Amino acid sequence: MLCEVCQKNDATVFLTQIVEGKMQKANLCEGCSKEKGVSDPTGFALADMLLGLGASQQIERGQPSQHCPVCGFTQADFKKTGRLGCSACYDTFADGLANLLKGMHKGLIHTGKMPARLSRQFAMADRVKTLETELEQAVKQEKYEDAARLRDEIRQLEHELQA
Amino acid sequence: MTFDNIIAKPGQWLQGEGPHGKIVVSSRIRLARNLRERPFPGWAKKSERLQILGEIRDHVSAIPAMQAGYAAALADLTSLQKQILVERHLVSREHAAKNAGSGAVVISHDQQLSIMINEEDHLRMQSLLPGLQLREAFRINNEADLFLEDRLPYAFHPELGYLTACPTNVGTGLRASAMVHLPGLVLAEQINQIVNSVGKIGLAVRGLYGEGTEALGNLFQVSNQTTLGETEEEIIDRLGKVIEQVIEHEQNARQTLLERRANMLLDQIGRAYGILGNARSIASKETLNLLSILKLGADLGLFPEPTQLAVDELFITTQPAHLQLGAKEEKLSPEERDTLRADLVRAKVKNIPEPNIAKVGPATNGRKKNQ
Repeated sequence: MLCEVCQKNDATVFLTQIVEGKMQKANLCEGCSKEKGVSDPTGFALADMLLGLGASQQIERGQPSQHCPVCGFTQADFKKTGRLGCSACYDTFADGLANLLKGMHKGLIHTGKMPARLSRQFAMADRVKTLETELEQAVKQEKYEDAARLRDEIRQLEHELQA
Repeated sequence: MTFDNIIAKPGQWLQGEGPHGKIVVSSRIRLARNLRERPFPGWAKKSERLQILGEIRDHVSAIPAMQAGYAAALADLTSLQKQILVERHLVSREHAAKNAGSGAVVISHDQQLSIMINEEDHLRMQSLLPGLQLREAFRINNEADLFLEDRLPYAFHPELGYLTACPTNVGTGLRASAMVHLPGLVLAEQINQIVNSVGKIGLAVRGLYGEGTEALGNLFQVSNQTTLGETEEEIIDRLGKVIEQVIEHEQNARQTLLERRANMLLDQIGRAYGILGNARSIASKETLNLLSILKLGADLGLFPEPTQLAVDELFITTQPAHLQLGAKEEKLSPEERDTLRADLVRAKVKNIPEPNIAKVGPATNGRKKNQ
């Protein structure tokens, strides 16, 4: 039996893992198993490795020639490594990733903690959006005093956001 | 702190029994974090990795819990030293093997917290505690995270959460795991059922060496498999509840074995005690499996109290790099290692009195009951 990763050497490491109730098997040669950290009981690399095997087709749903403007990463690179190039890749390859993530996680929206600084920023940005809607309404209804007050508040928040 | 200082003592998780310590050896929380719009270590050029290391390193060393800790670039460590850290669960195998040019590790003085820089992600923060203490482990790790988030521009996405090199870790970037010792379920041949049912609820069970169901030393690692769509607390509580059920099953299995197959159980424990106390050459695998049975004997009260800790320590100190470290020879051959391992184990087991069968009470009648 050939190694599933390199397709060159004989597989000597046989892995079985149960994820979400599904049995997953992988047959690897010694070199690839070491490289993938499979012999490491402390790591969590097996699922990652399996991701690398099945995931490469998923991400191709985006445009094949696309590359990340920040780090130059391409889909072919993902196929090879099962890892992304930088945090901006999550936006670059968003289409393909959405499918991949759907099969991988409990949900598609993060509900856990976030850095305090960002949480303040996100709250402010949300507030700006709300105020902008209100401003539009005020202008439509010709409530110019309200509009002026809203505009000042938006400016103030945007100023704080940039700081 | 120097390398010799940090490894002079076993990690704190080995120095005292935590909650449910008879069955749960250790609890671990890992958080993965990255810098915004910087190439992940696997994709970055070496110069970029070194630059990122430079930006991160001082902040990590400044974490309050890291005061009087140990920090090292992997490039400055010998391969033996790296292997020791792997055997101590302070550095991952991948981190020790690769990233030699730009990887680093910072370890707290009590070895509860260890932070790898430029592993698969820019930051891999791990907390490790004895027994079942997932929440406390998270608290320790989270404190370090809160300290760093004020000082480093984390890659965070409003929908996807913390962004990681591998999409399997995105969201919370959290991996919670408990190392459980399940000799009762293995001897009672119920382990496959447990592994299957735990797998069904989205958790992974791993042995020390692949094969899914049978683990070396009857040690299993149970961990969450998904990181996006649940809060940190939800992930930890779900795992904690499952571990509590696993503990209950293990206790039941031990009780049933005592009641119905006491003679088999005592035979196994006696043999483990006999072999470990007299072997002149013993391989790592056999050692782990016999130590597991000895630990079970200690749990059942057949050996006096400090035996568990002695056994837990042997689980680590009989590993190849730890043996090499204690050796005078330059590089031990596998045969020399087996001999040295047997010497080490014999010396420890010599201090343990013979199994006190009376402690098991009705178990001595087990054979009659069986017939």
